[in-house]
Amino acid sequence: MKKSLFWGALTAAGLAAGMSSAATLDDVKARGTLNCGVTTGLVGFAAPNANGRWEGFDVAVCRAVAAAVLGDENAIEFVPTTGKTRFTALASGEIDMLARNTTWTFSRDVDLGFEFAGINYYDGQGFMVPKELGVTSAKELNGATVCIQTGTTTELNLADWFRKNNMEYEPVPIETNAEAQQQYLARACDVYTTDSSGLAATRATFEDPTAHVILPEIISKEPLGPLVRHGDNQWGDVVRWTLNALIAAEEFGITSANVEELASEPTDSPEINRMLGTEGDLGEMLGLDKDWAVRAIAAGGNYGEIFARHIGESTPVGLARGLNAQWTEGGLLYAPPFR
Amino acid sequence: MSNANSNDLSFVRTEILPERTPPTSAIGVVGWMRANLFSGWFNTLLTLLAILVIYSILSVILPWLISPTWGAQSLDECREIIASTFGPNVDKACWGVINDRWIQLLFGFYPSELYWRPILAFILLWAALAPVLFAEGTPRQFLLVTALYPFVMPWLLWGGTIWTPLAILAGFAIAYGIVRLGASMIGTLSAIILSVVVALIWWLLVAGPLAGQLQSIIPLALTEVTSRDFGGMMLSIVIGVVAIGFSLPIGIILALGRKSNLLIVKALCVGFIEFIRGVPLITLLFVASVLLNIFLPPGTSFDIILRVIIMATIFASAYVAEVIRGGLAALPTGQYEAADALGLDYWRAQRLIIMPQALKISIPGIVSTFIGLFKDTTLVSIIGLLDPLGLSNAIRADTDWNGIVWELYGFIALMFFVFCFSMSRYSMYLERKLQTENR
Repeated sequence: MKKSLFWGALTAAGLAAGMSSAATLDDVKARGTLNCGVTTGLVGFAAPNANGRWEGFDVAVCRAVAAAVLGDENAIEFVPTTGKTRFTALASGEIDMLARNTTWTFSRDVDLGFEFAGINYYDGQGFMVPKELGVTSAKELNGATVCIQTGTTTELNLADWFRKNNMEYEPVPIETNAEAQQQYLARACDVYTTDSSGLAATRATFEDPTAHVILPEIISKEPLGPLVRHGDNQWGDVVRWTLNALIAAEEFGITSANVEELASEPTDSPEINRMLGTEGDLGEMLGLDKDWAVRAIAAGGNYGEIFARHIGESTPVGLARGLNAQWTEGGLLYAPPFR
Repeated sequence: MSNANSNDLSFVRTEILPERTPPTSAIGVVGWMRANLFSGWFNTLLTLLAILVIYSILSVILPWLISPTWGAQSLDECREIIASTFGPNVDKACWGVINDRWIQLLFGFYPSELYWRPILAFILLWAALAPVLFAEGTPRQFLLVTALYPFVMPWLLWGGTIWTPLAILAGFAIAYGIVRLGASMIGTLSAIILSVVVALIWWLLVAGPLAGQLQSIIPLALTEVTSRDFGGMMLSIVIGVVAIGFSLPIGIILALGRKSNLLIVKALCVGFIEFIRGVPLITLLFVASVLLNIFLPPGTSFDIILRVIIMATIFASAYVAEVIRGGLAALPTGQYEAADALGLDYWRAQRLIIMPQALKISIPGIVSTFIGLFKDTTLVSIIGLLDPLGLSNAIRADTDWNGIVWELYGFIALMFFVFCFSMSRYSMYLERKLQTENR
């Protein structure tokens, strides 16, 4: 599909072909690129580097899907979306999938007409305070001034939580994370609250990160995951099982280093064989070829590798696995069987 | 003479005294300072206060600005350099981020091997503007560049086959030909209507396939660059320049329409202007980015930058129209009557008498509208386009540079200042140049 500015201008008046967008998988294959919605920039989750290449934890999901469907992890058009434009971009078909740390909620799933393909990060809202305040629990925050991003679920969670605990607070409304950092460091507020992954990333940028503590209380559930449009179940399955393949690969010990070797001939684990296509025809059922999972894993590694590279403890963001560990290690990651 | 006759007593000096240099307190730096800074105790006090204020600002900013961190690769490295050079707890700028990202802030994600294309487009822009901006002293041949520039610029920036802009250009040529030939045969108005219809048919139905055919016969194409790769200052300039270029003529037409005696034309223009001025630009941008996507059939690829440019253009046109209407209103009725008395028809009167004067009056207003429009292009960051401000957010999302604020904003502010200040100076030059009365 040749995109031309001029024809866009001249034909847009209403001559456009009323192409149905039901079969997203076919559209993506025909187009040769995946349109993936990401944030305009969130530390560790999605950001362009100096060469303009998008990198991050959410971006890795896009790359895995592109590798599985198109065989090329770079055949992606990244569409930066803001909190306000993300859902219309997906609903209107401008993007094929949205991987933009979006919380899975009832109304987004049911009312807005989206399909969450799974959860790639279990987050929750937390609090950060300067250590010198001597606060050790969020229950001691009565009367505190709190920096909070307006128009987000965090604002509502905060109000709920303080009311539930019969405490008072004074909100300092801010617009962006960068503004929050400045306000917090300038002591315009005692407490900064947002998703705990964001708190960790913010704290890592401070000149002296040890002077600030993240309180143990997590006051909300924020399951973040990639989502697609309602009503195109085949495409939803592709995204869902690509994510599951990344999670299962970690469980089975398949990494980007050994995936080619494991896929070259059948191993003694039937489930690995089915996933990597040396046995059965799971790929065909998805509408892909049998190597789809191999390519998805080879693109950026399994879930654990992606986590470690972008937001894990060795990175400046420095997040522990916590809830995001495999179910075998006390976490919540639990990929359904490949059968 | 006085020496010739010593008895001649004269009471006035008869020879001119030799010129003496003025006292040192009245010339040079000292004289200037006495005249301008220390002329009286009150002004002296104000001067001293101003110096104090300037010093207290600079003493904070300058040490922060001068920072040996140009080569740093991350914020942590900046802090190490600063700590090892100046000791702990010294606050200094981290210029490594500008060194690392200034190209991105200028060009966005445009492919680096194709940077010559936006640069060439920018240079050609000046060649195209020269006959318009600096009317005298420019060879007339430059007007050709001006006429072709609207076709060359999109081709350079977005790439694709050269036959597309040529086919579009052919549409204009056909329309012009019909008007010239048909005017004598079927009358001017019919010829104009016919030319518009034929041109539209040509563009919608013929031009696209024709360009494709020609491309397959003689392939002449540049690598295509999608709009999503546009970003940074380049995006702001593209949106700003195109919107400025189109909003002036549209604004003139709207202003004339608003003063027109034709009821429908007048109602349409008034409605358009008042509606657009009554809506914030950010709303129009959301319509462009969000609502259009829902209204248009799925699969329509209606370029996002084009949508934004259209919205910015109609927004600026409405404001320019009102500024020009102000200029028209400022003209004495005598000018209109004089034009009528000379027997000029409406368009000639506008072109020769009214517009040159009205536009001259409106220059400061028009330019300030343009400066405002150029700065408003940063609003596109809200709909997810990565203009310099949007990019600054994306750059901060890189773990290396998270936590950097002032350096990025300062750099972006500097870039915008250069453009806005030049526009402002140019408008003053233009005003001086066109000053024809009361001298």
